[in-house]
Amino acid sequence: MKDRVLILDKEAISRALMRLAHEVLEKNKGTQDLCLVGIRNRGASLAQRLNKCIEKIEARSVPVGILDITLYRDDLTLISAKPVVHKTEIDFDINDKIVVLVDDVLYTGRTIRAALDALIDLGRPRVIQLAVLIDRGHRELPIRPDFVGKNIPTAKDERVDVHLEEVDGVDEVLIVGKT
Amino acid sequence: MKILIKGGLVIDPANNLNEIMDIFIEGGRICRVAKNINHQADEVINAAGKMVIPGIIDMHVHLREPGREDKETVASGTKAGLKGGVTSILAMPNTQPVMDKPASIKLLKEIIQKTSQSHVFICGAITRERMGKELTKISTLKKLGVVAISDDGASVDAARLMLAALKEAKRNKMVVISHCEDKSLSGNGVMNLGAISTRLGLRGISRESEYKRVGRDIALAKKANASIHIAHVSCQESVELIAEAKKRKVKVTAETCPHYFTFTEEALLDYNTNFKINPPLRGKEDLEAIKNALKDGTLDVIASDHAPHTESEKDVEFEKAEFGTIGLETLFAASATALVHSGLMDWPDLIKKFTLNPARILGLDKGTLSVGSDADIAIIEPCKEWVLKKEDIISRSKNCAFVGTKFKGWVEYTICAGNIAYYAK
Amino acid sequence: MHWTKKDLLGLEYLSKEEIELILETAASFKEVSRRSIKKVPALRGQTVVNLFYEPSTRTRVSFEVAAKRLSADVINISAQESSVRKGETLIDTGRNIQALKADIIVIRHSASGAANILARNVEISVINAGDGWHEHPTQALLDIFTLKEKFGHIQGLKVSIVGDIAHSRVARSNIWGLNKLGASVTVCAPKMLIPPGIEEMAVKVTYDIEEALKDADAVNVLRMQFERDEQKAFPSQIDYFKHFGITQERLEKAKKDIIVMHPGPINRGVEISSEVADSLNSVILEQVTNGIAVRMAVLYLVSQTKERKDEDTD
Repeated sequence: MKDRVLILDKEAISRALMRLAHEVLEKNKGTQDLCLVGIRNRGASLAQRLNKCIEKIEARSVPVGILDITLYRDDLTLISAKPVVHKTEIDFDINDKIVVLVDDVLYTGRTIRAALDALIDLGRPRVIQLAVLIDRGHRELPIRPDFVGKNIPTAKDERVDVHLEEVDGVDEVLIVGKT
Repeated sequence: MKILIKGGLVIDPANNLNEIMDIFIEGGRICRVAKNINHQADEVINAAGKMVIPGIIDMHVHLREPGREDKETVASGTKAGLKGGVTSILAMPNTQPVMDKPASIKLLKEIIQKTSQSHVFICGAITRERMGKELTKISTLKKLGVVAISDDGASVDAARLMLAALKEAKRNKMVVISHCEDKSLSGNGVMNLGAISTRLGLRGISRESEYKRVGRDIALAKKANASIHIAHVSCQESVELIAEAKKRKVKVTAETCPHYFTFTEEALLDYNTNFKINPPLRGKEDLEAIKNALKDGTLDVIASDHAPHTESEKDVEFEKAEFGTIGLETLFAASATALVHSGLMDWPDLIKKFTLNPARILGLDKGTLSVGSDADIAIIEPCKEWVLKKEDIISRSKNCAFVGTKFKGWVEYTICAGNIAYYAK
Repeated sequence: MHWTKKDLLGLEYLSKEEIELILETAASFKEVSRRSIKKVPALRGQTVVNLFYEPSTRTRVSFEVAAKRLSADVINISAQESSVRKGETLIDTGRNIQALKADIIVIRHSASGAANILARNVEISVINAGDGWHEHPTQALLDIFTLKEKFGHIQGLKVSIVGDIAHSRVARSNIWGLNKLGASVTVCAPKMLIPPGIEEMAVKVTYDIEEALKDADAVNVLRMQFERDEQKAFPSQIDYFKHFGITQERLEKAKKDIIVMHPGPINRGVEISSEVADSLNSVILEQVTNGIAVRMAVLYLVSQTKERKDEDTD
């Protein structure tokens, strides 16, 4: 049995998201030209939740899209499970918009690199910012987040599992250690 | 050389023999067949637990020499035969040059004399160049030692010509071997016509193209009162026509090949060109009909229709590939597996199909273990199981439908003209 | 469900789940073709060779567009100009392409089974773009994809295929695919063009076009290739159109929203009237668009089956 340590519970995740929403609104001075793009799968759910928080604060929502980055990954051939291609669902124009990319865990940065490529193929945003629930360090690319729910220093042989109700039926963030 | 074979189950259908006996061979002939022989011999073979049978006669072999020595030669083909217990081969005439004139026959006889590892008999052509236009000089061919005539690979389309051939063959006391195929019906087909050819999108060869010609040739043989032998029977309707003709006392005999009672057209489902054979592998009901016809005697002979082709002729698109499979090395094992070990026939019944029966049809003084006859013998391990691997094939060509097939029945020794010509170890 | 097959040789060889995976993947790729930048880097650095032994502009171009939208490099080899004319065998040609370190061969050949034979003899992926009368899997997949877009499902649909069934790889692939997904298939043609034993592929056979259209949800109209008629088996073009042509008059007796498909190129006034080809029932041009998405999906899926290292990433 591997060590499992609970880092965030349901309430902590909600609080972190609410804080992220405040920070996004503060930095961008409101919702003007703002849109959220979540990276499949859990980033997409987090983007929806972030939008709900924004709605609570500003009484108005922003456009939310889903980005599938399977086709843009540079590490595809390294992944044993062959990923299934899903649709990118961004039904609004991202040209000249402030796009906040949303993902669950920031680690090597390769996912974000792929997401940036994918986004740029869809248009030319004015600015792209990055919001993540967890930053666990160990970057392999010069990428840094603009908004972080929680920094968690980890060892490389540990794993960070983000579980969300929409996907996993439960809200929690765990560190799973080596055996 | 004196050879003593001790304690084997001697099966010789010509003499109704099926018991444990010893055989003594001297000077290339069988000298004694009896229990407990104790002569001095140069070689004593312990055959306890094994079968001792007359050397197999394969009456349908394409040795390809002269002309296509890249596929097979008299030397390589006879050697492959010995591995399969085959001591006598009837060489089909579709060589280059065709066996249709004295010069060609003499050329082949010379090659046989110099290089053959076993007995090779020559089948002459019915028509010049096997073109179906003009009869060969059948009496001249006979004088040169030809034992049968056939245009194998092609059928004589003109009925009048076939009738004339039958009459002429009868006058010369020879059998006509008929490759039954109406080309106007089989056309450019490459496999059996039916649901599988439809599924694979391949042009079909109808059963009619075979059995209509079988019917015609039986009628012509009856009219000429001549002997006809139907080569490589593949379908049920042909079997029925032959059975019915035999009842009417037409002088018809017939052969089939192991692939027709081992495989069906389903073997073609992944476009393996080793199963591209003419006539084609047919359906399940045909396979059953062939087996039953072997059991009830409608089919007299099992021959290999050994048809060697180079890799470059087989490793191509299915429709471009040559027809045929090799079969000398597997003739006995495939037959034993499908017909005896399946419980359909007993050993003497089977052994007759490639010893006594072909010898009678061709008028050869072969195929028995009678005292005084040529010492052509195969010693068989009847229950040994083995799988044919491509790398174990010794024929010059490797196009064998049986690669990967599991067999029961194994040739251990082949004695040809009194010498141990093959020993498996 | 993950894709594990090196090759795509025919729908006969695929499971229901594998066909569905291709259709789902194609739906994602269709979105890419709607973008202003219609290109993703999924096959960057990979080489796709279109090896065409039969002239075919439409299928070749569709594969070429699909491969390019995946960022692959595309090389077109046509038998007319290649070493094939100098006597090189199919297998040797395949091995030479492999030696060039290409990743995928897309093959079109007039001989049934050519793709099967090639695939057994090379290690790289082989996609069948039509072999003789045998299979044309990507055409059937795009037909089925189009049907699924229109109806939302394939299960229970009644699809009629009309035309030269005997010589049609499109018909065979459609029969395999539609049956596996639970549609029921009827084939309709003059008697000479219905191959023997076709019923064993689980289809209904009719020689009456009105019966074929009567309850059909969709009709797939095959191109009549009078120029290839070896045995003079076909009636004249005019007779064919009279007895089997898809006309507005005939469609009026069919279901109102019957879908009319055609693998193209169409012969107006031979197997289909101009009016029908251009009508609202016709999805012929949508098929062409969907062909790109389906071929992108197939190229992508087979490209994912190459040996890969097992490493953990985020």
